[in-house]
Amino acid sequence: MLNHILSILIFFPALAAMLGFIIHKDSIRAYGVAIAAIEFALSLWLWFSFDSSASGMQFMENLPLVPAFGINYILGVDGISLFIIILASFFTMIGIASLTDTKNEKNMIVTLLFLQMTMAGVFAALDGIVFYIFWELSLVPMLYIIGAWGGPLRIYASVKFFLYTFTGSLVMLVGMLFMAYFYYQATGAWSFAILDWYRLILPESFQLWLFAAFFIGFAIKVPMFPFHTWLPYAHGQAPTIGSVILAAILLKMGTYAFIRFSLPMFPDASVFFMFPIAVLAIIMVIYTAMVAYAQEDVKQVVAYSSVSHMGIIILGTFALNVEGITGSIFLMIAHGVVSGALFLLVGVIYDRRHTKMMSEFGGLAHVMPRYATIFGLMLMASVGMPLTINFVGEFLSLLGFYKQSHILTLLAGTAIIVGAIYMLAAYKKMFFGEVTNEKNKNLPDVSKRELLALIPLSIITIWLGIYPKPILAPINNSVESIVQLMHDKSITNEAKTRIPNLVKGAEIAKTSEQGAH
Amino acid sequence: MIEPVNVSLASLNLMTLAPMLIPIVGALLILVIDIFKVGLDKTLYVSISLLFLLMDFSALLGSAGVFTQDGIMMGVFNVMLIDGLAILSQFIIVGASMLFIPLALTHKRFHEFSYPEFFALFLFMIAGFQFMVATDNLILVFVGLETSSLALYTLVAMHNRDKSFEAAVKYFTMGALAAGFFSFGAMIFYALTGSVEISQIAAVLAANKYVDIAYVLVGVVFMLASFGFKLSLVPFHTWAPDVYEGASASMAGFMSIVPKIAAFVVAMRLFEFLIHSGVVWLEIVLYSFVILTMTAANIWALVQTDVKRMLAYSSVSHAGFVMAAILIGTTQSNSALFLYWILFSFTNLGSFSMLWISRQKHLPLHQMSDHSYDKFAGMVQTSPVAASIMGLFMLSLAGVPPFALFWGKLYLISSAVTGGYTILAFIMALNSAIAGYYYLKLIVYMFMKEPVMGNDGHVYVSNATIALKSIIGFAAIGTIFAFVALNPLLELITAFVYNSGY
Repeated sequence: MLNHILSILIFFPALAAMLGFIIHKDSIRAYGVAIAAIEFALSLWLWFSFDSSASGMQFMENLPLVPAFGINYILGVDGISLFIIILASFFTMIGIASLTDTKNEKNMIVTLLFLQMTMAGVFAALDGIVFYIFWELSLVPMLYIIGAWGGPLRIYASVKFFLYTFTGSLVMLVGMLFMAYFYYQATGAWSFAILDWYRLILPESFQLWLFAAFFIGFAIKVPMFPFHTWLPYAHGQAPTIGSVILAAILLKMGTYAFIRFSLPMFPDASVFFMFPIAVLAIIMVIYTAMVAYAQEDVKQVVAYSSVSHMGIIILGTFALNVEGITGSIFLMIAHGVVSGALFLLVGVIYDRRHTKMMSEFGGLAHVMPRYATIFGLMLMASVGMPLTINFVGEFLSLLGFYKQSHILTLLAGTAIIVGAIYMLAAYKKMFFGEVTNEKNKNLPDVSKRELLALIPLSIITIWLGIYPKPILAPINNSVESIVQLMHDKSITNEAKTRIPNLVKGAEIAKTSEQGAH
Repeated sequence: MIEPVNVSLASLNLMTLAPMLIPIVGALLILVIDIFKVGLDKTLYVSISLLFLLMDFSALLGSAGVFTQDGIMMGVFNVMLIDGLAILSQFIIVGASMLFIPLALTHKRFHEFSYPEFFALFLFMIAGFQFMVATDNLILVFVGLETSSLALYTLVAMHNRDKSFEAAVKYFTMGALAAGFFSFGAMIFYALTGSVEISQIAAVLAANKYVDIAYVLVGVVFMLASFGFKLSLVPFHTWAPDVYEGASASMAGFMSIVPKIAAFVVAMRLFEFLIHSGVVWLEIVLYSFVILTMTAANIWALVQTDVKRMLAYSSVSHAGFVMAAILIGTTQSNSALFLYWILFSFTNLGSFSMLWISRQKHLPLHQMSDHSYDKFAGMVQTSPVAASIMGLFMLSLAGVPPFALFWGKLYLISSAVTGGYTILAFIMALNSAIAGYYYLKLIVYMFMKEPVMGNDGHVYVSNATIALKSIIGFAAIGTIFAFVALNPLLELITAFVYNSGY
């Protein structure tokens, strides 16, 4: 069973979702929670059977799909994808468990289970086309979630979300077809396997074009600065559960894909585009932070802050060294936990008051002390307080990029301070002062069901903030092998110097160790 | 004293005619039955047609077997040409017809199905299409084209609505124009080379190194216009939406698949050698036709208010998409054309059948046309299964993986990449993105809007019977599980296309 655990992780929720259609609508929530819990347990089992000291792919599965055209059903996890898969199943579980009263609850839960399938698939796929299948399929449940349960502008928001991502992905698909064709020219056989593509060394000019094609697909998904306009609509209109999954997992597909595809396949192009992308990332951090400060809707504040932090992830990824990439992957997890939690928290207050305008609130700390405490904790984590989960990721990302450019890193660092301003301002408006609005006087504090979701998230936030090693070590192992691969593959001198050579360092360390003996 | 012509029967290779003769015999049988006893039920004729199409299909399997062993067959004074293209396209023609003919078993009564002539004409039409693809003789192509087209005009008109007559007359006028262009083109090629066989034309033109390039181009212009009408390429597409709207939904679905594959095969035989011999002008013109057809039809489809018209424009756009394969002209692209069309026929026939089962005879007040978007608003609440299946077909048409049409698009765009048409590949990808919007629009109506007052969902399946439902189920399963059959299909198609020399 362990040999096929990835397939089980992917298709178990889908199968369960199909069966979900026949379950009576009063019992569907229990069913959903049970399935999601089993899925989460499976993903934990995956973690325990995962060999943290190995850097390569594990639990590989390979099944020919269209061998005549080089498409195979290849799955595998390494330290990079493992934790995002666990995070995805975790969020599906707490998302379903904390689901508040929704119309058509059955459809919602079935959709969420399908979404879980596509999320597991994206992060486990090691074949370009299989990856693309899940990548595109993930749009459909999200489209439905936003479009059917969203706010007044939900149709506009959902269609915009779909079309933006769909367009970007099609450009990426053409890039993939080019990769497969280059592989065919080099070896005489078609292949869409990512590990095969890793072995292909392309001339720099080809790399630049292909990098651009993949970049459009990924950047829209992240979303990076000029392509981000779909996200505020999607978040603004989506129901709480939609925003949570979108921010926590779906956006990570883009940043994950940068690390899985762009960096190892096009090392020279990555170096070539490092500074332009870093500048975009910093614009994204600062600009969205400023926009967030101007918002009156607390959900939009969280949405823009979420975009802002994605900028740091991009920055860390394009540091192109072990610290930066490890940090960015850790920050993906951290950002997932924290922004997911923040969206859940916004959902809590929205359920009570059916408004998200900050001007409607004030003094909530008196009425809802537990809510204020958890919100405060998550807010501190979001602005990157030391000893919280975000700090580790942000610190490592910035440390990594500091090796490439001091000035840009300083700029990004200040942006984090701006982040503290808008978050604290929002917190002040909502929680401190006197309770001015009559309607807020008798709000109930967080309920047990809501705590069920929020307490585990709080524990993770602090635990991994203090002791990140169980996650950092496997990530680090896999990242080292990717960075080494990039260094070995790169052909320009610029790239050779920018991307560190780990083997040499290891050899020196070894010889000095021997010398010490 | 003229020598008596000695032709041995064996050299005629009459077996090459067998697949075409089967539907003709079937059609005659239906007419004979009608002579002896009138007023028989349509179920009888449907079953007879289906049986003969099945026989036709097995005869094709036979010739496919012979082709894999002996290669290309010629027959009947070398007029018939049974190569991989002919066999593959006949498979599509007969297969799609087998899916189409049970659509006559509707719940409501429709005028056309009470006539046995409908079914006889239908089988004659199939034979016509089969002749058209199984020859490289321009005259036989013309005969096949006219046999099938005249039958098709009548079939459209038999739906017996005002709009159907309009559609039939429009289709007829345009078709007559196309036929005229075709015969002019063929005449010019005959004048240039003294032959009406495409292989001969190619050989003669190559031998004299295209000295009469100006005349060749005139011939090409006529041919292009003719195929432009038949394949509904922009700017010759104007008839398509009106004809689709006037014809019954099932007939519209049929028209979007079968006549086009026949025309594609002839276009492939004719244009391929011209492009490969470096007629740059043709390449440029085809390139612009392809892009114009894809893009313009997509943009028109965006603004339609009727689902059937939207699907009509979308079919035009798909035809432009596939025309790119002929422009690229490699073995991979020609295989991609067949792969695309097989997958497309499943999905498109499925989606038109979904419209067919919701056919209304009397429109309620709020509805401007039979299949307006409003009609499908909130469909998921009243008939969730039908809505999901329709949504599935829309996603497949939009090219969302892993549904059928995605694989066709994937392989076709890949052939553009491999053939060196990088910009074309990107334009094709972006067009798929534009097309995503109008398919999504229907999904939005079905899944995210509230139903119109007084719509209890009965309308969506008002015309459904077991037969129609099983056709739709078949199409849906084919759409979802296309990836299972993809590898053998791809290998078969590639082998057939490659062994025919394309």
